[in-house]
Amino acid sequence: MIEIENVTHTYGHGEQSRTVLRDVSVRISEDRVGVIGANGSGKSTFVRLLNGLILPTQGRVRVDGLDTAREGRKVRQRVGFCFTDPDAQIVMPTVAEDVAFGLRRRGLSATEIQQRVRQALQQHGLADHADHPAHLLSGGQKQLLALSAVLVTEPSLLVMDEPTTLLDLRNARDVAERVAGLPQQVVLVTHHLDLLADYDRVLVFDDTRLVFDGTPADSVAFYRKLMS
Amino acid sequence: MTEMGLYRPGRSVVHRLPAGPKLAALVLFGIGTVLLDHLWQVGIALLVVLFGYRVAGTSLPAALHTAWFQVRPLWWMLAAIGVFHAVTAGWQAAVTVVGSLLGLILLAALVTLTTRTIELVDVVVRVIRPVRRIGIDPERVGLLLTLGIRAVPVVANLAGQVRDAQRARGLATSVRAFAVPLVVRALRHADRMGEALAARGVDD
Repeated sequence: MIEIENVTHTYGHGEQSRTVLRDVSVRISEDRVGVIGANGSGKSTFVRLLNGLILPTQGRVRVDGLDTAREGRKVRQRVGFCFTDPDAQIVMPTVAEDVAFGLRRRGLSATEIQQRVRQALQQHGLADHADHPAHLLSGGQKQLLALSAVLVTEPSLLVMDEPTTLLDLRNARDVAERVAGLPQQVVLVTHHLDLLADYDRVLVFDDTRLVFDGTPADSVAFYRKLMS
Repeated sequence: MTEMGLYRPGRSVVHRLPAGPKLAALVLFGIGTVLLDHLWQVGIALLVVLFGYRVAGTSLPAALHTAWFQVRPLWWMLAAIGVFHAVTAGWQAAVTVVGSLLGLILLAALVTLTTRTIELVDVVVRVIRPVRRIGIDPERVGLLLTLGIRAVPVVANLAGQVRDAQRARGLATSVRAFAVPLVVRALRHADRMGEALAARGVDD
C-alpha cells in the first residue's frame, strides 16, 4: 500500500525556487500501476518519492505504513528502483558482481549470495554472461542486468522510471513481459503507452499536477487529448 | 579498450590462487625490478611472467597473443623511455629498464585477467582496515575503486558520443567543443549514478 498525502515538492529557495509537484494525494493498492505524462510534468519526481530518493517539502509519503522521511532505510529495502539508463545503474565492472552488490550488508553468507546471484541471472537469460564486463552487454541486456540486480534483493514494490525508453521494440516488449510476470507490486513510468494495456490503473501527470486517474483506456485517451 | 584489462574466467592454478598472494607477488616483483641490473636477470624475469601467462592460458600462442594485447596500448611510452635511456645511458641500460617495465606491466595485467575485480578490491579493503581509526570507512574506499574501474568504459563511451555529435555539427578540430560537453555529460552521469547508489541502499 502506497499512501501519498498532500505532497508538494519544490527545489531551491526564494526567487529561484521551482515547484515540480503540486498538492498530490493518492492511495495505491493495485498491483500494476502506470504513470504517464509529458516531459517535465512531475512524474519522475513522483516515483522518486516512493523510495525516499526525494523527500517531499510538504506532505507525507508512506509505503506499507513506513514514512519515507523517517524510515528511509526500511523503505528502500522494500522498494526496488529501476532507472532509464542502465549504464548509470550498473555500478560494478562485471555482470555477476553487480547483481551481488545489492546483497551486501544483508547478513547473507558468501555461498547464499552466489546461489541467489546465479538464480537471478538464469531467470533473466544472463547466466552465460556472469563473468563478462558489463559494458560489453547490449542495451537490452544491460537493462535486464539492472532489473536482475534490483529483483535479487526481493523488494515488495518495484518502481521503474522509463525502463524501456532507450530500448528497441523487441527489448522493450521483453522487459515489459518480464515485469508482467513478477509477483511484486509495480509502478511503471513510461512513454510506451501500449505497455500499459493490462494495467489496473494509470495516473496522468501534467504541469506538476496529478490530472487524471483511471483505467488504462481512459487515462491514455485523456493523455492523448491533452497532448493534441 | 575491450582487449585490455578485465577478468577472464578460467580454472588454472593462476586463477585459483587467492587475490592477496597475487597482489603481494606483484608488489615484490615491483621492488625486485629496481634491483635488476644485468640483461640476463631481466630476461629471466620476463620468462617467469610469460610462463605465468602460459599456465593461465590455454596454449602458448594464445598466451603470447594475450600478453601482446596487454602491452600494445603502452608501446609508445615504452619506446620513449627506451630511446631516452639509450641516449643518456647506453642501450644496455635501455633494455634493462624497458624490460623491467614490460615485465611489471605484464604481471599486473596477468593479475587483473585472472582475478575477479571484487576479490582484488576486497584485499585492498582488508589491507587498509586501520584507516578506520582516522575516520575513513574502508568499504567506501573499496566502492570508490570499483566505481573508478566501472567509470573507464562509461567515460570512453561518453567521449565517443561527444565526438560523434561534434562531427555531425562539423566542429571536428575544436578541443573545447570536445572537452566541455564531455565534462558536462560525465557530471550528469555521476549524478544519475549517485541516485542509483542511493536507491540501492549504499547510504543506509
